Amino acid sequence: MTTALTGATPTHEPTPISLRTDPKRRRKDTAARWVFKAAAATTFAVTVLIIFTLVVDAWGFLSNLSDTDDGLGSLFDIGWFPRRGIFDIGTLVVGTFIVTGIAMIVAVPLGLGTAIYLAEYARPRIRRTIKPIIEVLAGIPSVVLGYFAISFINPQIIVSLFDSADKAFTLAAAGVAVGVLTVPIIASVAEDALRAVPMSLREASFGLGGKRSQTTFRVVVPAAISGIVASLILGVSRAVGETMVVAIAAGAVGGGLFRLTPLLPGQTMTGAMAALGFGSDQVAGNDLAFQSLYFIGLLLFFMTLVLNFLSDRLVARVREVY
Amino acid sequence: MGLTTPAAVGGRSASSITAGITKKGTDVKGKLIESALVGALGLSLLILLVLLVDLVMRSWPIWTERPGDFLTGGLNSANAANAGVWSAMKGTLVLCGVVVVVSFPLGIACAVYLEEYAGTSRFAKWTRINVRNLAGVPSIVYGLLGLAIFVGAMEGITGGRTVFAGGLALSALVLPIVIITASEALRAVPRGIREGALGVGATPWETVRSHVLPSAAPGILTGTVLSLARAAGEAAPVLLVGAATGLLRTGDQNFFAQLTGPFTALPVAIFSYARQPGDAFREVTAAASVVLMVLVLFMNGFAIWLRNRYERKW
Repeated sequence: MTTALTGATPTHEPTPISLRTDPKRRRKDTAARWVFKAAAATTFAVTVLIIFTLVVDAWGFLSNLSDTDDGLGSLFDIGWFPRRGIFDIGTLVVGTFIVTGIAMIVAVPLGLGTAIYLAEYARPRIRRTIKPIIEVLAGIPSVVLGYFAISFINPQIIVSLFDSADKAFTLAAAGVAVGVLTVPIIASVAEDALRAVPMSLREASFGLGGKRSQTTFRVVVPAAISGIVASLILGVSRAVGETMVVAIAAGAVGGGLFRLTPLLPGQTMTGAMAALGFGSDQVAGNDLAFQSLYFIGLLLFFMTLVLNFLSDRLVARVREVY
Repeated sequence: MGLTTPAAVGGRSASSITAGITKKGTDVKGKLIESALVGALGLSLLILLVLLVDLVMRSWPIWTERPGDFLTGGLNSANAANAGVWSAMKGTLVLCGVVVVVSFPLGIACAVYLEEYAGTSRFAKWTRINVRNLAGVPSIVYGLLGLAIFVGAMEGITGGRTVFAGGLALSALVLPIVIITASEALRAVPRGIREGALGVGATPWETVRSHVLPSAAPGILTGTVLSLARAAGEAAPVLLVGAATGLLRTGDQNFFAQLTGPFTALPVAIFSYARQPGDAFREVTAAASVVLMVLVLFMNGFAIWLRNRYERKW
């Protein structure tokens, strides 16, 4: 084939021109592809290891527990006292619900208000100034907010509002601080959802004489509702999993009574894990109490997994519509 | 004009519609709603301000009386007058180093695979779902992973409850964040840049190395710095892996002995100081929080600056 290209008087045999890539470069490309694919596979390794760890030790906990005198019944005794063999998971779940509920009372109005203002009302210049500040709020480490809860939120806000509140540690103060941590998450996801609503919908509403408030609440917010709900679910998921604030500010070390009042110290799922795992409960020698850590962890993992999955589906729906 | 204004449309009087179009008259309800929204934003900013002022005010005695002593002192949760943050700062630095070495290359490589090679394959689809779910797993669960795997099963490699095990737990924690932000940065690179390279005969790897990665570098860097700030502020995984909360001197041993011995980190120090009763420890906690906040805010600020500086409209 190549000879056809050569001139009438060839002085030497011409080198054939090949359009195939140099094999050395192709080998490099294949190697790179495998390296990248292996990196992607490690994310599955992380997931598998997490589930494996949690399931194996949670199973170990349950089978050891059923060998004790009380058997699995101690999962439903009232109160959480791992060192005395009382593992009432309900006490912890109720504590978690109280903290999450208070967090949402704080975070939903603040987060959604901020999102709606930034997306629909603020001039571009104001938006450009405020957004980085909200990002700063998102960057505050949770230990710092835990400290803020016991140094400011509890004495200055909770105790002055409610006389009966505990002077040092309350579930309410922990809840407010967790709420502050959740505000930027709700604000940024909800703002993205609102800004994804096409401008033509707003223009149609304004063209019909709609006021800004009517346009915002009757047109834009309903159009973005699945994204807004997704932001709230994501906020709940973060609040359920927040550990350090509760470990510092909720006050229960080791055990916890079954309580429904947020004005006293209490125990949550993450708080109990912190007490067991950080050694403040001194259960290192007690295998059963230590294994309960993994049992709570498994429960927490599945709760947040379901919430995140729901939120993910809802966000995907916003993307599909527009 | 032959046109008649209808008396009422959709239950609204004509005058209200005219007012809406011509912006005449005061919209009391609208103003109230707007002020409520501004109030929500203002309250969020006020909380941030109160937090910063509270930290600085409370830690003021430390900064005026013994700033150098505090910054160079070891972890001491028994005596507030000797408590410092030096061993904690060193620990945080090494933890961040492990995250940089482990998590960044892995995360960026995974993002490159997802955006440049995998396309819409089933493996890629599942990887994306998996990464999004990993990003939502609570940090304390990564602590359990660290305790069981990096401390327990991999003891021969990490040496048990060492700073390496803590760093690996943090690396697993920020890996999904690195992947998600790097993927976004890669996606922002226009197709034309890739096609230009592929069109002159570059292999996909050469395209990525010489064209895509350099174009996406500022965005990737922003994401990695943000996730490093997250790792620096996390306490729960490091505590579960076994960071010291009691007494930890700054240490005279050689560097290697320090790496394999007990370790602590800034958020861990704040946690152990916050649990001590008394005003003296409140000051120490606030001062340690200021140090951590300065570190984290500096990283976040750097990332935001990077993003604004190199933000390119293609």
